[in-house]
Amino acid sequence: MIDKDDTREVVMDNMIVSFQNVSKRYQMQDGVRQLSFDLPAGKIIGFIGANGSGKTTTLKLMAGLLRPNSGQVVFQNRPVRRILAEHIAYLSDTDAVYSFYTVAEMVNYYAGIYRDFSRDQAAAMLEFMQLDGDQRVRALSKGNLGRLKIVLAVSRQVPLIVMDEPLSGLDPLVRQSILKGLISFIDLDHQTIVLSTHEVDEVEPLLDLAVLLDHGVMKAMDYTDHIRETLGGSILDWMKQALV
Amino acid sequence: MAGDFTSTQPIYLQLVRRLCKQIVRGEIAVGDKLPSLREMAIQVGVNPNTVQRVYAELERIAVVETRRGQGTFVTGDHSRLRQLREELMENSVTAFLSDMREMGFAVDEILRSFKEHQASD
Repeated sequence: MIDKDDTREVVMDNMIVSFQNVSKRYQMQDGVRQLSFDLPAGKIIGFIGANGSGKTTTLKLMAGLLRPNSGQVVFQNRPVRRILAEHIAYLSDTDAVYSFYTVAEMVNYYAGIYRDFSRDQAAAMLEFMQLDGDQRVRALSKGNLGRLKIVLAVSRQVPLIVMDEPLSGLDPLVRQSILKGLISFIDLDHQTIVLSTHEVDEVEPLLDLAVLLDHGVMKAMDYTDHIRETLGGSILDWMKQALV
Repeated sequence: MAGDFTSTQPIYLQLVRRLCKQIVRGEIAVGDKLPSLREMAIQVGVNPNTVQRVYAELERIAVVETRRGQGTFVTGDHSRLRQLREELMENSVTAFLSDMREMGFAVDEILRSFKEHQASD
């Protein structure tokens, strides 16, 4: 019932990112194959799939951190190259923070490298997330480290924010507070959020659009409202159906 | 957050229904200002785009009105709200009756059960 044809139901209004037959191969591990999709601007878009499904590779290609072996990644009508990565904030699922810095120093460091970094927004977010600027990064709990990474990514005033597994390994209460922080501080009139997750249930109320990856291939893509209207079920049900 | 919604219906529709109930109960009063898109999104833990769709739907059914630069307000039209109250009852009763018929209950059985409930209240 659900196959790749579902992508046609996504109304192609204002696009921010477009993948055109993008493949990426690695020597030792699976990459992604023949990915083609368009992502609309001003939405929260979730890439969903098991470990090894190609989520991280896809997000890195999108952020200009990897080059495809074939095909093209287009961002705001221009091919993605390293230089464009300046306009895309990327939150890695590994630790992109320096443990010897304090929280405030880490914010300063980001403000130094990225001209689009808003110190005001970072300060407001630190307060909202109840993070202490004087605390050393290495002393942060896992939840607070997750919060700090979100602050660093979302304080950049860029049109595209890409977050790889921002909720991974965090307990449900922390996840909820991070999601609330995210809703409070993003600006969907000017920003698009792309995130990957295997915690589908937790982010479902937040997503406009879901993209399902499996073994490096896109299995389905649809608006979450449309999934519920047509299927009468959640994204989890949709995934199960698409992966059969 | 996800726990607040059932998985069988679009979230925006569940929110439309939730707000209609609050309005009919008077929890949100005639003429009240609804929270901004972002405030509402944070309160209920959904995407601001979803709240926008909710407000648009409430406006389409004439339960709220958006005033440019001021926000979204519950309609001041009392007769529309009385009508909304009837509509909500009608919807629920219809769903209830079709459920009961599926289980093979006749109307007089249902009425008898109603009266028993009324007596025990």
